[in-house]
Amino acid sequence: MATEAHAEGATGYIIHHLTSLSVGEGFWTLNLDTLFFSAVLGALFIWFFKRAADKATAGVPGLVQNFAEMLIEFVDGQVKDSFHGKNELIAPLALTIFCWVFLWNFMDLFPVDILPLIGSLMGLEYLRVVPSTDLNATFAMSISVFCLIIFYSIKIKGPWGFAKELMFQPFGPWLLPFNLLLKLVEEIAKPISLALRLFGNLYAGELIFILIALLPWYIQPVLSFPWAIFHILIITLQAFIFMVLTIVYLGMAHEDH
Amino acid sequence: MSINATLIGQMITFALLVWFTMKYIWPPLFDSLEERKKKIADGLAAAEKGHEEMHLAEKKAKGVIKEAKAQSSEIVSLAQKRANELVEASKDTAKKEGERLILVAKAQIEQEKQQAKESLRKEVSALALRAAEQILSAEIDKTKHQDILGKISKQLG
Repeated sequence: MATEAHAEGATGYIIHHLTSLSVGEGFWTLNLDTLFFSAVLGALFIWFFKRAADKATAGVPGLVQNFAEMLIEFVDGQVKDSFHGKNELIAPLALTIFCWVFLWNFMDLFPVDILPLIGSLMGLEYLRVVPSTDLNATFAMSISVFCLIIFYSIKIKGPWGFAKELMFQPFGPWLLPFNLLLKLVEEIAKPISLALRLFGNLYAGELIFILIALLPWYIQPVLSFPWAIFHILIITLQAFIFMVLTIVYLGMAHEDH
Repeated sequence: MSINATLIGQMITFALLVWFTMKYIWPPLFDSLEERKKKIADGLAAAEKGHEEMHLAEKKAKGVIKEAKAQSSEIVSLAQKRANELVEASKDTAKKEGERLILVAKAQIEQEKQQAKESLRKEVSALALRAAEQILSAEIDKTKHQDILGKISKQLG
């Protein structure tokens, strides 16, 4: 709503929307909105699935169980497709990532001004409601995945086996420094690309919603409606990509050459 | 917009979520799925088995019917044979009986013929004697010619 733009004009409006509610200084700043919304969404995910799990029966499933099972089967199919080891963690991890990222992204579909408006009524100056537009959130997840990749690489292949893979592949022992450089870049690129892909897509999507919100009210629906529909695809796709890549990376960590 | 301590908080939340999912959400839901899958598979297998058993029973029944048919036809043919035999045998006995009857009749006829011959001869000889008596009574002395008369009568008899 352009009429509500701050005195600084359009730029100020955009910046206001993309500033986190935070406390603390320097590195020890906490983005309260990101923490709050992702925790609430995580709790929502847990609550829904726990309800389904408590009522889980091998007989005729209820509506909640049916939906939960649909997701479980979908995730399990993805895991079985790209992961051939045996690991109790991968599938629940994938399910958590998919649902949590999807819920993060889903916050993007709320009209950009509604939650900040409620926040301002409660005395909060800034409020950024989409956790996946915060690099901290996406990096937290991708770094966790990266730690798991390293952990399982060492666990499955052994420290020496993992070191050998870093040093001697893909070009053999005579090009050791080159191999090492290539492998390190490859490994480090994994979390960075995971985090930035999700962040970039959602940040851009949110920015476009904000830009649409700056237009006159009679144009807004014409643009925001198709963009929202398109965005439904994007948010699902980004959650799916994050999940599948996690499975693939962990699958690679489990493959012993 | 920069990386800060939020990262750590998010990582902790993420770890908690994953742990909770792994511990309390995934296993029961996945197990119920697997169990249902197994149930369905078992049901299908049982249905398949029942179908097969039905086929087998059908086959068996067919075999039994076939055997019964074969047996009955055997029995029928045996009975026919036996009947034929009986007919043949009775025919034989009838023929034999007939032959015997014919023989008996023939013998009787022969006997009767002999009897008739005998009586005829006796009558003829008696007639002849009477005639001869009539003729000779005048001239022949009965006592004188007793020997001759006796001879003739014996020859005729």
